[in-house]
Amino acid sequence: MSTLESRLPENSAVGKLPYRGKIGMACLIIAESAIFTIFVVAYLFYLGKSVSGPTPGEVLETPIFYTICLLSSSLTIHLARKLLERGRRTGFLALWLVTVVLGALFLYGTAQEWHRLIYEHGLTISTNLFGTTYYSLVGLHAFHVTAGLILLTIVLLFGLAGRLGSEHSARVDVLSLYWHFVDGVWIVVFTVVYVLGR
Amino acid sequence: MSSDAIAIQTAETPGRPWVATLHEWVTTVDHKRLGVLYILYALFFLVIGGIEATIIRIQLMYPHNDFVSPQVFNRMFTMHGTTMIFFVAMPILFGFANYLVPLLIGARDMAFPRLNAFSFWLTAFGGILLYFSFLGGSGLYGAGNAPDVGWWAYAPLASRAFSPGHSSDYWTIAILASGFGSIATSINIIATIISMRCTGMTLGRMPLFAWMNMVMSGMVLLAISPLSAAQIMLLVDRYLGGHFFDTQAGGSATLWMHFFWIFGHPEVYVLIIPCFAFVSEIIPVFSRKPIFGYPVMVGATVCIAFVSMSVWAHHMFTIGMSSYANSFFTITTMAVGVPTGIKIFNWLGTMWGGKIQFKTPMLFCIGFLFQFLIAGLTGIMLASSPFDWQLGGSYFVVAHFHYVIVGGILFALFGAFYYWFPKITGRMLNEGLGKLHFWLFVIGFHLTFDLMHIPGLLGMPRRIYTYEPGRGWETLNFLVTIGAFIQGIATLVFVANLIISYFKGTKAGNDPWDAWTLEWSVSSPPPAYNFASIPRVSSRRPLWDLKHPEDPDSHYE
Repeated sequence: MSTLESRLPENSAVGKLPYRGKIGMACLIIAESAIFTIFVVAYLFYLGKSVSGPTPGEVLETPIFYTICLLSSSLTIHLARKLLERGRRTGFLALWLVTVVLGALFLYGTAQEWHRLIYEHGLTISTNLFGTTYYSLVGLHAFHVTAGLILLTIVLLFGLAGRLGSEHSARVDVLSLYWHFVDGVWIVVFTVVYVLGR
Repeated sequence: MSSDAIAIQTAETPGRPWVATLHEWVTTVDHKRLGVLYILYALFFLVIGGIEATIIRIQLMYPHNDFVSPQVFNRMFTMHGTTMIFFVAMPILFGFANYLVPLLIGARDMAFPRLNAFSFWLTAFGGILLYFSFLGGSGLYGAGNAPDVGWWAYAPLASRAFSPGHSSDYWTIAILASGFGSIATSINIIATIISMRCTGMTLGRMPLFAWMNMVMSGMVLLAISPLSAAQIMLLVDRYLGGHFFDTQAGGSATLWMHFFWIFGHPEVYVLIIPCFAFVSEIIPVFSRKPIFGYPVMVGATVCIAFVSMSVWAHHMFTIGMSSYANSFFTITTMAVGVPTGIKIFNWLGTMWGGKIQFKTPMLFCIGFLFQFLIAGLTGIMLASSPFDWQLGGSYFVVAHFHYVIVGGILFALFGAFYYWFPKITGRMLNEGLGKLHFWLFVIGFHLTFDLMHIPGLLGMPRRIYTYEPGRGWETLNFLVTIGAFIQGIATLVFVANLIISYFKGTKAGNDPWDAWTLEWSVSSPPPAYNFASIPRVSSRRPLWDLKHPEDPDSHYE
C-alpha cells in the first residue's frame, strides 16, 4: 500500500490561499467581539438599576480629547504599515512611534478619569451596579489597549534595532488589524457609556 | 531532501531513555501528538466522570439510601457535569479535529503549531485546577471541598454568601482556562482549514469532516466567549465585591442564566457537529457509496449553527418569561429540527442501496442514528414551552440530554475510535471485543436512559439525593442503576480493547477500510511530516481516483 503515496500526483504550484495570520486574527476579533458584547449588554441592562449613587449622569465627563487620540492612532498605524510595505523604514518608525504615543495618551486619560472617579466621587467597582459595570467594561477595553501597546512597543523596539523590513509587513498588518479592532470597540464603548448611558 | 532522510531523523529508535520520550511528548508541537494527548487526557477524565456518575446512580438505587451524604451528592453531580462537558467531550473532539483536519486537507501541520500546544496545556491545566479543589477548595486551613453549585452555577448560589471557600473559584478559573484553550484551538482549526489546504482542495471538495469542524470552531468563537465573559463577571463579584449577579444591589440572577445558556445551548451543537463529522466520514465508507447530498449537508450544518445561536432561552421556560419570548424560543428550537432531519435523511440516503458492511465503526454509527433521532424527538417535546413547564427540571430532561450526549455524541465517538485507531496506532482494534463493547453498551444505554424518562414523567426532580418509597420510582431507579453498571462494564471492555489492540492488534497497513480520504494515503501511524510531497486532489474522493483511474470522481465534477 505504500505505493499509494508516491502515486499521488506531485504538487507543482502552491495555491494562493489567504495568509493564516490574518485569518487567525479575524477569528480572534470575532471571539473578542462576543466577549465585549456580553459586557456591553450587561452595562445597558443595568443602566439606571443601581440602588445607590453616584449615577453616570452625575460623575461621567466625555473624554473627547483622548478619544480623538485613540481614533487617530488607527490612521497613523494604517499609514505606518503602508510605508513599511514600500520599504520606507524611517517613515514607518516615526508613524509607529506616534501610534504608540497616542495609545499611551489614551491610557493616561483612562487612568486620570478613574483617579477622579475614585478619589473625588468615591465610585469603585463595589460601590454600586454602575461602578461594577462601568469599571468592568472600560477596564476590559483598557486591558486590550494595554496588550496592544505592549505588542506595538515590541515592534517599535525591533524597528529601532533595525530588524524590521518590508518582509515583515504581513505580520505587522496582523497587529494593525488588532489595533483597529481595539479602536472600533472604543467607538461602541464610548457610544454606550458616554452618549447613551447618560 | 528525500523522504527517507526525514524519516530517519524523526523515527523512534528503540532503547531510548523514557525521560527523552517524555520530554518529546511534553514539548511537542506536532498536531498528531497533541491530538493523541488531547484524547488520552479526555479518556482519563472520562473514567473519573464515569466514576462520579456511578456514585450518583448507586446513591439513587434505593429510596432513603445513604451511600453518600447530600453534600457529597451535590459535589458529584456538579463535578460529573463539568468534567464530562469541559474536560471529556470538548478535548476529545478537539483531539480528533487536531489529529485529522491537517491530514484530511493535505497539510503538514496546523496553522499555528505552538498555539496548538499552548491550547492543549491550557485545557489540561484547567482540568487539573478543577480537581485540585478536592484538596484545596477550602484554602489552607480546611480540608478540600469540590464545587457543589451545579454545572451551570446559577446565581445567587455561586455568590460568596452561599458558596464560601474557594471551591466555586476553582470551578470558575478552570472553565475560564479551558475556555481560552478552546477558543485558541478553534482559531487554529479555522485558520488551518482556510489557509493550509493542498492544491485542488477547494472548499467544495473538502471532506465533510473539515467542513463540520470549521463550523464547530466558528460556533466555539461565538459561544465560549460569552461564557468566558460571564465567568470574568462572576470573578469580579466574588473577588472585587461587584454586583453583577447580586440581587440585593439591583443585580439580576436571570442575567447569569441568559449568559450561561447563550453558551450552554450552542455548546450542545459544538459537541454534536464534530460527531456529525465522524458519522459523515464513516457511513459512506461502510456503505461503499459517496455521501448523499454533500452540498445540502454543508448547508444544513451552517444552518444548524446559525439557528442554534438563537434558541438558548428554552432552558429557561420555567423561570417565567414573556409569552413572546416563550413563543420565539419554542419556534426557533423546533426549527433546528429541520436541518437536523435533513442530515439524518442524507445519512440514510447514503446507506440506501449501499453494500453495507457491519463492522464495529458502522454499528456505532447506526446506533447513533437511531438514538440521536429519539433524542431529537424528546427535544422537540421539551421545546414546547407548556410541556417544559411541566417537566423542566425533572428526570425527563436528564434522560433527554443524556440521550443526546451518550446516545449521540458518545456513540459517534466510539465509532470514530474504531475507525481511526488503526491510523493513529498502526493496529486494528479487535472486532470481537468491539462488537461485545457495542452490544453491551447498547443494552446498558437503553436500560438506563429509556427508563430514566419515566420517573421524570412521574414527577421525579433532578438533583435530589434521595426519595421517598411508594411513588413508583423504586424499580425504575434500580434498573437505571443496573444499566449504568452494564455501561461501565462495556467501557472496561473498550479500554481493554484499546490496550490489548495497541500491543497485540493485527497490523493495519495504510488503508484498512478501503477508504477515500487523504489520511489513508499515508502510513499508519503517519510520519511527522504527514505527506512526503504535498498532494494534489481533483475530486472529493482523492483515493478513489487513485484506485480507480478508469472511472475517477473528477469526471463527474
